[in-house]
Amino acid sequence: MGRVEGKVAFVSGAARGQGRSHALRLAQEGADIIAIDIEGQIDSVPYGMSTPEDMAETVRQIEALDRRIIATKADVRDFDAVKAAVDDGVAQLGRLDIVSANAGIFSFGESDVLDEQHWQDMLDVNLTGVWHVAKATIPHLKAAGGGSMILTSSDAGLKGMANIPHYVAAKHGVVGLMRTLALELAPHYIRVNTLNPTTVNTDMIKNAATYALFAPDLPTAEQTLENIQPRFTAMNALPIPWVEPVDISNALLFLASDEARYVTGVALPVDAGWLLK
Amino acid sequence: MGRVEGKVAFITGAARGQGRSHAIRLAQEGADIIAIDACEDQPNIPYPGATEADLAETVRLVEALDRRIIATKADVRDFAALKAAVGDGVAQLGRLDIVSANAGIGVDPRLTEDVPEEVWTDMLDVNLSGVWRAAKAAIPHMKAAGNGGSIVLTSSAAGLRAYANASAYVSAKHGVVGLMRTLALELAPHMIRVNSIHPTQVDTDMIQNEATYRLFRPDLEHPTREDFAPASQTMNALPIPWVEAIDISNAVLFLASDEARYITGVTLSVDAGSNIK
Repeated sequence: MGRVEGKVAFVSGAARGQGRSHALRLAQEGADIIAIDIEGQIDSVPYGMSTPEDMAETVRQIEALDRRIIATKADVRDFDAVKAAVDDGVAQLGRLDIVSANAGIFSFGESDVLDEQHWQDMLDVNLTGVWHVAKATIPHLKAAGGGSMILTSSDAGLKGMANIPHYVAAKHGVVGLMRTLALELAPHYIRVNTLNPTTVNTDMIKNAATYALFAPDLPTAEQTLENIQPRFTAMNALPIPWVEPVDISNALLFLASDEARYVTGVALPVDAGWLLK
Repeated sequence: MGRVEGKVAFITGAARGQGRSHAIRLAQEGADIIAIDACEDQPNIPYPGATEADLAETVRLVEALDRRIIATKADVRDFAALKAAVGDGVAQLGRLDIVSANAGIGVDPRLTEDVPEEVWTDMLDVNLSGVWRAAKAAIPHMKAAGNGGSIVLTSSAAGLRAYANASAYVSAKHGVVGLMRTLALELAPHMIRVNSIHPTQVDTDMIQNEATYRLFRPDLEHPTREDFAPASQTMNALPIPWVEAIDISNAVLFLASDEARYITGVTLSVDAGSNIK
């Protein structure tokens, strides 16, 4: 019997990366999935975002596990679209038990040069988008009589980091939102926790713009993954450059499962010890 | 395949309560066990200590799962005894992968200025120095094997926040967090992970005793478990009076398993939200 057998999970940002991994890991353990993703670009984001083909691949992989998935193109900045996707998924799959507010973007710029659009897009997606997901799903979790909501924050939600003031502010905000939700929803046996990853091996970091951020001292031609890797390793305590999406998914699975039935209000780093350094 | 299949776990305070539960849960998932317990009444503690019969029952329960267990009567105040027990266990079971530094004593409630010298000293000797001794005894075996490993220190909700009338306990459990963070940094290059667990009230003899009942219900002459429950529940955000030992064991299992292979330096609360109230 799977560790989340018979449950239904909503995952935002499910077309690829951590979101796809979360959907797959939960489906492996018996859950059906309600998935959304923007399947499109935001201009201030310096790398290619997800596509309809990415979401089709997530659907294919879930169905290959003999689980059901209802996938919808929806932007977390658009509450009505999120709500419609959640309501439709719950209507088709019958219930909602687990929520992964995972959708997020990354961009950068020092505080004094960051433009209004970069700041606003970041807060809209990485903080307000998380609230939208919570707001759209809470009525269904209350109706189910309990559940587990997992908000994806970051180590940057617990400590500062130069060049990403908007990201740090949004991810800190997610921790505050989690603590508030955990208090508000405890009487309903709905648990709320955050995941706080270090660098994760996804397209969000594996792109030329991120390489340039981490190696401004190198000529463009030398801003390669190979040259950046030791700089990522130096951030962690464990001697590894980054963690894999499945490492975040395994922590999410623990928090989603009944094994964590009394864990709430927790910020759980999956960070190779980055916060210790 | 079990989630800690083929691994060996060292557990202090394994005769009953949380320690026995940890031994059983890890054995269910495939681990062999090295168990110790003082098996004696503890001075200045208002409830009876574990017995050798308790430890024998842990042995019986683990063996009933077809796992091996090497159990020794040893006190965490005695490093030589700990070292011998661990060395003997590793010699017989062949390796060491997981450490649960669980042994601890509970609160004899008093205001700080009324705590006698020996009560303070006993508390630190068991709940803080005993954790250090367990780690010290285990680390050489884990380093020698070169397999990495996972050390889980049992702190408390009182390791992250204060409670009145428990200053020695609060101080010792806060100290465990400092020890955890230091060990996590020191051992990261060896891929040995170190984390702490922070339970709220757990339904064991440590809280289910008349002294604890009186602390929570000073208004009653002979408070009972039923009188204690609503008072205990005020500590938690979730509407429950306490968690069960198995809830802590499931968190230990997660941190001990390879699913948490990159989680280190983390304080994991299993506290029904008591830390956010």
